[in-house]
Amino acid sequence: MRLYRHQLKWEQLVFWRSRESAVFVFLFPLLLFTLLTAVYNGQIYGHPASWALLAGMLGYGAATTAFAGLALILVARREMGILKRIRSTPLPPATYLVAVLTSIMVVFALQAASLFVLGKLLKSTPWPHHVLSLVLSLALGAAAFAALGLALTGFIRSLEGSSAVVNIIVLPTAFLSGSFGSVAHYPKVLRAIGDVLPLKYLVDLINGIYLNGQEIWDKPRAVAVLAAWGILGMAVAIRKFRWEPREG
Amino acid sequence: MPAAAISVHGLRKSYGEYEALREISFEIAEGEVFGLLGPNGAGKTTTIEILEGYRSRDAGEVTVLGFDPERAGSAFRERIGVVLQQSQLWPTLTVTETHRMFAGYYDRPRDADEVIKLVGLEEKRDARVKTLSGGQKRRLDLGVALVGDPDLVFLDEPTTGFDPAARRAAWELIRSLRSLGKTILLTTHYLDEAEQLADRVAVLREGRIIREGTPAELTGGTNETEVRYRQDGHEVVVRTTEPTRLLQELTAAALAEGREVEGLQVRRPTLEDVYLSLTADEKG
Ligand SMILES: Nc1ncnc2c1ncn2[C@@H]1O[C@H](COP(=O)(O)OP(=O)(O)OP(=O)(O)O)[C@@H](O)[C@H]1O
Ligand SMILES: [Mg+2]
Repeated sequence: MRLYRHQLKWEQLVFWRSRESAVFVFLFPLLLFTLLTAVYNGQIYGHPASWALLAGMLGYGAATTAFAGLALILVARREMGILKRIRSTPLPPATYLVAVLTSIMVVFALQAASLFVLGKLLKSTPWPHHVLSLVLSLALGAAAFAALGLALTGFIRSLEGSSAVVNIIVLPTAFLSGSFGSVAHYPKVLRAIGDVLPLKYLVDLINGIYLNGQEIWDKPRAVAVLAAWGILGMAVAIRKFRWEPREG
Repeated sequence: MPAAAISVHGLRKSYGEYEALREISFEIAEGEVFGLLGPNGAGKTTTIEILEGYRSRDAGEVTVLGFDPERAGSAFRERIGVVLQQSQLWPTLTVTETHRMFAGYYDRPRDADEVIKLVGLEEKRDARVKTLSGGQKRRLDLGVALVGDPDLVFLDEPTTGFDPAARRAAWELIRSLRSLGKTILLTTHYLDEAEQLADRVAVLREGRIIREGTPAELTGGTNETEVRYRQDGHEVVVRTTEPTRLLQELTAAALAEGREVEGLQVRRPTLEDVYLSLTADEKG
């Protein structure tokens, strides 16, 4: 427990100290939200566009922070030999990984809170009503994406290619899942692809809670799909995660 | 007779078809400084990383501080310090922060400031790691390896990239660790470093230990001298314990024939000579 707290503290310091992670991981969804609300007017799902975009951006934030951000951070550390170096210390590997995952969840929690504040300031979006359901949904989504991010590192061979790989997954996923607005007018094929992606279910869940006054337990299917993706991610991560650089 | 800190018997390791280690055996006593020498690809890093617990072995018995490194956990890692051949640390943290972070992993760490002074980075204590020079980064690796106050220190080419003054300082540091009773296993390509620091050395070639002993033993005892000269266009090398008599004969013969002894050199062989002749390809 002492080691966990020690590591979490240093993880936070390392994250905010690095300009790349602070800007690209933390600020990017906030920037995107600002841009999208500036160009979209009118209504989405029968609500002001900014409300739906806020909900979509929470889902996108979970994907880009807990999935993409985590994968990029861990691949960089692996290739630099930092993960290998850590393994020679008494810090248990599981404690280390749990601290790293918690740290990225903390970043996402701050990001989600900032999105609500930004929405309020820019577009007077309302505060959420069912806060507990929302927090549980975001935590579930972020945990599932973090597990998938951990699994993804096993498939990224080099630091140079890592951000390309990650973006090629995250950006289309976000489009197909309705992070940037309704997918109702998309072609059938694209919607069918979106229907198997975890982000779609997270966005649905958030929309239900934030826009339609539902609770997390009103959407058992979305919860089940997210949990299944998380478990899948964990199972793959256990097999594929590597501590040592690819070469040498 | 002090207990063995490390004992290795019949160690084998293959990477696919390639046999990197072919039956290696050696022991390192507690408090001993042991040097592992050998050309690129000889298997030094493979050996050291098996002992550190990073790599699995195919065969052989390995005991390090009473643990089997392949299965050992935190209790083992409390007692070892590691400098990897290649690794980086967080570029955005400072020297002091990096030491503090690692110190937090151990039950009884050394004081971070004290370690920073020990490795000669006190002027850089608040500098970000990314601004350090190559040699300074290496000193940081060394500091981080020592911050847990280990009993056994693994150093894989610890002084690569050091300037001559920094190398001397690192030697002093390693000697002071030795005087504290620490066991040290180091690999190096600098033969003078092995000669200066190591109580015993082993020379690896193609996955086998081809020579083992004190640096003095390897240079062929203390009283042998190497005499080289050219005769009929061929280089002749003679090792002798009686250089005076040999030289007398050589020069007398040359004087009698009224010629010079060509290319005459007289010197004590260094570890480097022995090393080069041992590791040279035995072709032709
Ligand atoms: N992970 C690996 N996969 C495949 N082959 C490897 C691996 N690691 C080492 N080898 C091979 O095993 C041999 C020994 O490598 P090792 O790194 O132990 O050499 P070394 O003595 O440390 O060399 P150097 O002085 O260059 O550091 C080399 O031929 C190397 O190519
Ligand atoms: Mg090596």
